Amino acid sequence: METSSVPTPSPGGLPPALRGILPVLIAVPVLLLFDRLLASAPFATYLLSIMGVNVILAVSLNIVNGMTGQFSIGHAGFMAVGAYVAGVLSLSFKETALSFLPVAASDQVFLVVALLAGGAAAALCGFLVGLPSLRLRGDYLAIVTLGFGEIIRVVVQNTDAFGRALGLSGIPQTSSLAMVGFWVFLVVLVARRIAYSSHGRSLWAIREDEVAAEAMGVDTTGYKVRAFVVSAFFAGIAGGLFAHFVPIINPGSFTFVKSMEIVVMVVLGGLGSTTGAIVAAVFLTLLPEALRSAFTVMGAEGSLAQKVDQIRMPVYGLLLVALMLLRPQGLFGMKEIWEVLPRWLPRRRKGLA
Amino acid sequence: MRRSVPMLLAALAVMMAGCEKKTQPASTETDTSKQAAQGQGGTAPATPPAGTPTGEADTILLGVATSLTGGQATFGVSTRNGIEMALKEANEAGGVKGKKVAMRVYDNQGKPEEAAQAVTRLITQDKVVMVLGDVASSNSLAMAEKAQAAGVPMITPSSTNPSVTEKGEYIFRICFIDPFQGYVMAKFAREHLKVSKVAVLQDNKSAYSIGLTDVFTRKFTEMGGRITSTESYSQGDTDYRAQLTAIKKSQPEAIYVPGYYSEVGVIARQARELGLKVPLLGGDGWDSEKLYELGGSAIQGSYFSNHYSPANPEERIQKFVADYKAAYGGVPDALAALAYDAARVAIEALKKAPDTSGKALRDAIAQTKDFPGIAGVITLDENRNAVKPAVVLEVGDGTTKYVTTVNP
Repeated sequence: METSSVPTPSPGGLPPALRGILPVLIAVPVLLLFDRLLASAPFATYLLSIMGVNVILAVSLNIVNGMTGQFSIGHAGFMAVGAYVAGVLSLSFKETALSFLPVAASDQVFLVVALLAGGAAAALCGFLVGLPSLRLRGDYLAIVTLGFGEIIRVVVQNTDAFGRALGLSGIPQTSSLAMVGFWVFLVVLVARRIAYSSHGRSLWAIREDEVAAEAMGVDTTGYKVRAFVVSAFFAGIAGGLFAHFVPIINPGSFTFVKSMEIVVMVVLGGLGSTTGAIVAAVFLTLLPEALRSAFTVMGAEGSLAQKVDQIRMPVYGLLLVALMLLRPQGLFGMKEIWEVLPRWLPRRRKGLA
Repeated sequence: MRRSVPMLLAALAVMMAGCEKKTQPASTETDTSKQAAQGQGGTAPATPPAGTPTGEADTILLGVATSLTGGQATFGVSTRNGIEMALKEANEAGGVKGKKVAMRVYDNQGKPEEAAQAVTRLITQDKVVMVLGDVASSNSLAMAEKAQAAGVPMITPSSTNPSVTEKGEYIFRICFIDPFQGYVMAKFAREHLKVSKVAVLQDNKSAYSIGLTDVFTRKFTEMGGRITSTESYSQGDTDYRAQLTAIKKSQPEAIYVPGYYSEVGVIARQARELGLKVPLLGGDGWDSEKLYELGGSAIQGSYFSNHYSPANPEERIQKFVADYKAAYGGVPDALAALAYDAARVAIEALKKAPDTSGKALRDAIAQTKDFPGIAGVITLDENRNAVKPAVVLEVGDGTTKYVTTVNP
């Protein structure tokens, strides 16, 4: 793993400049293709979009909670900031379009602008929240982020421009699976690049022992705040995306419970493991729907399934408890999937080579 | 190592979308998402690959999405019970055109994104012909957007926010709207109670409460009354003494508290403790057995507007109350009555419509006129809202007394 960060001549013979953007060049057409293929399946699109948003949230929270070892439990607050800023922006530019572009393309441009604005607003909040609280050690960040999440919710609830308790509806539903997928891709790329950079090494050092890291000359507050801001930015993006495919956003969607759901994803996947966060987010998003399907099949006659739909959530909780008892370090621990896979399939790998 | 990250991602994406697509052509009536979930979740509980028997020719499937868990669970359960009862009666009477009517209920946890997900699933996977739900207006708004886009008619039994039916011509409601309830109470206070000074205590957290307050304030002022003070609280608060003290200073003759029963009961107690003897006025959010428990004697002598009164001596209402008691125990609340009505309107439309296409059903529902519902006679206007009277009830000792009916 260490060797990978050393700039060696690329094995594939690609020039380094191209290698940097190659992932993007591959991802964009692939995502657009999937978007087209799934155009006739609205439920799959919706579910995958929700899943994508959860992946973005989990991976971005993992930068703070996993890699840096801080404990933030107000991620839904940053998501709300992004959702409302992007939502209000899109609402106010609903009728405008760029004249030199077709309407669909112009919508996408506006969406990206709104998302970036939402992300930037969330990042700013992250900076303001993080700067004072990350100077301290221990649980202060948890308390401050918890408070922040509640403040955002109460502010939204009492502001007419944000639709108060009823929520904001009528936001143009311009988000697509490709757009969500692209941001998922981007957040994972950023998370991995951070992890293997010198910046990331400092974050790992802070996680392991903050005093030792500081003694070695790591500017702990600076690194922590930067990690926190990046994390908040992507939470804002996730919120913005959420606002553009869910017909109505209201404060009830960004409660403390949502924050805890994201923390659960990170912990379940393994603190510090990006793959873990992805897998856990995918798993926890699909689990309730899968249980719904399972119960529908069990109660083919109808009435039983209806009754059982209610116990979906307790079952979800039980499964979670069981998983944590069986694997307290999370599904992946601190490892990534390519560090785990070779151990599982050593022979096949050789065979392939 | 660096390149393996995007490669892995791409592979993951291929896997996810790939398995989604594969099930697509074969699954006109089976459950795509279920198979997708199995494919992607990996650890998801194993479900038999057999298709769900949703699209059987001899049943017509209605979709219901409501909050069976979460903060408003009692509302959702009442709604489900009401619909279930209506369907059972219809099936016992021979069903619709020889077919049985069944429902599929999904829980939305009281969250709009879950509501949108549930309704999308009902429409695209379960292929329901019509959607019923929800109670909370935020959830109904999310559902309305999806139902309208898919061209599937939707009837909300009890979402009173005006914006729900404004989503499009496929969205109907069979209850009155918030502005009307505000108007009813303003009229009742002015003409029946003959008070001219009223204070308002609103729930800042609920759009319903704010909506009622706005209309009440406007109408009451128009009718020559005066609002002495407007205070607010948040759902979940437990201490209202500060607001009540401020209200007491303004010396009102009544207090309008358009909140939910859980807070109103406590507010009534604390108001009496502070020596505020004037009656409280409220809306249909008061309607729950819990109100008498929480409010005790403090809430007696207060009034609220509602959709129906279980004490109404009319024969069909008493029959409904008795049947409901026999099936589920307990007196049906307004939400159960409204859900029962909504399901009956839906069944009526199914009988009248030439086929079960969205358009035909929509037209059939839109023609609903003078339909004898439990919660009032239902006539849908051109905005797809029900025009019907509201009743005003007085809270007594563990029960309510019918006072008067206010017509639109």
